[in-house]
Amino acid sequence: MANPLRAELLFLGREYPKGADYFRDRLRAAFAKNKDVRDPEKIKELISRGEFVVKELEALYYLRKYRALKKRYYETE
Amino acid sequence: MSARVLVGVKRVIDYAVKIRVRPDHTGVVTDGVKHSMNPFCEIAVEEAVRLKEKKLVKEIVAVSCGPQQVQETIRTALAMGADRGIHVEVSGKDYDALGPLQVSKIMAALAKKEEADLIILGKQAIDDDCNQTGQMTAALLDWPQGTFASELTLEGGMLKVVREIDGGLETIKIKMPAVVTADLRLNTPRYATLPNIMKAKKKKIANVKPADLGVDVTSRLEVLKVDEPPQRQAGVKVETVEDLVVKLKEAGRI
Repeated sequence: MANPLRAELLFLGREYPKGADYFRDRLRAAFAKNKDVRDPEKIKELISRGEFVVKELEALYYLRKYRALKKRYYETE
Repeated sequence: MSARVLVGVKRVIDYAVKIRVRPDHTGVVTDGVKHSMNPFCEIAVEEAVRLKEKKLVKEIVAVSCGPQQVQETIRTALAMGADRGIHVEVSGKDYDALGPLQVSKIMAALAKKEEADLIILGKQAIDDDCNQTGQMTAALLDWPQGTFASELTLEGGMLKVVREIDGGLETIKIKMPAVVTADLRLNTPRYATLPNIMKAKKKKIANVKPADLGVDVTSRLEVLKVDEPPQRQAGVKVETVEDLVVKLKEAGRI
């Protein structure tokens, strides 16, 4: 795939809670909406937002897993 | 520092999957079910990678025992930063019966063969919850062990391990070579990103059989039956305190 950010987002989207298909459709819509943007500043901003979403997804997946394991293996007051 | 770390990684049913017992009660359904690296093994790999980033360790070798599919798990470890992998081939009935005793014999043999200075394992696997492999491996090698590690530091050539125990934390200092098992709060594992997964494809995974290591994987255990846990009884709602007292008396509670 030509766009590494898009590839990374698609890859992470496979485990999205609302489903991989839901994520993929939203991702496609988001990129399609901005496909005619030419202003370098705007592009940089959009890429930052994409990278932010990557971090958010990683955090979401990690928290979900951490909380599940904590609940299963450690006594909660 | 020329230390070599061995990290054991286990392929288990993904933590989020709802487990179903097989109709014949011999085990759980694994066909077509999502598998991934045991979460505690992820923490173990992460710790090894952090030690390497701090230049305290030179090489990380990821090990997994099982059929062809465990190579995916080794690849994940490589994508997280392990340098090379060892796939110990065990399949069929041998794999079904594979447990901590055999795995620890394999780990011990590999530790000697690879001249490892440190073995990091997850504290337990989320499928069998044995919590034995690390301890058995240390015993077989006659190495010190730092289990349930929530903090690991190198201090003057020794390993300082903060352990999570009932009622609090215990700090111990052990000599290397040693075995450490990772607890939940040891670190936050990194996500294997796509570029790293691509790079990991170039890293080597060696294939080896238990017999090559002089290990007999025959199990001394036989699984008789696997059952679901008892269903939780539905609660009963009462209208008044008097009803509650009546119900408690009926149940023999008061």
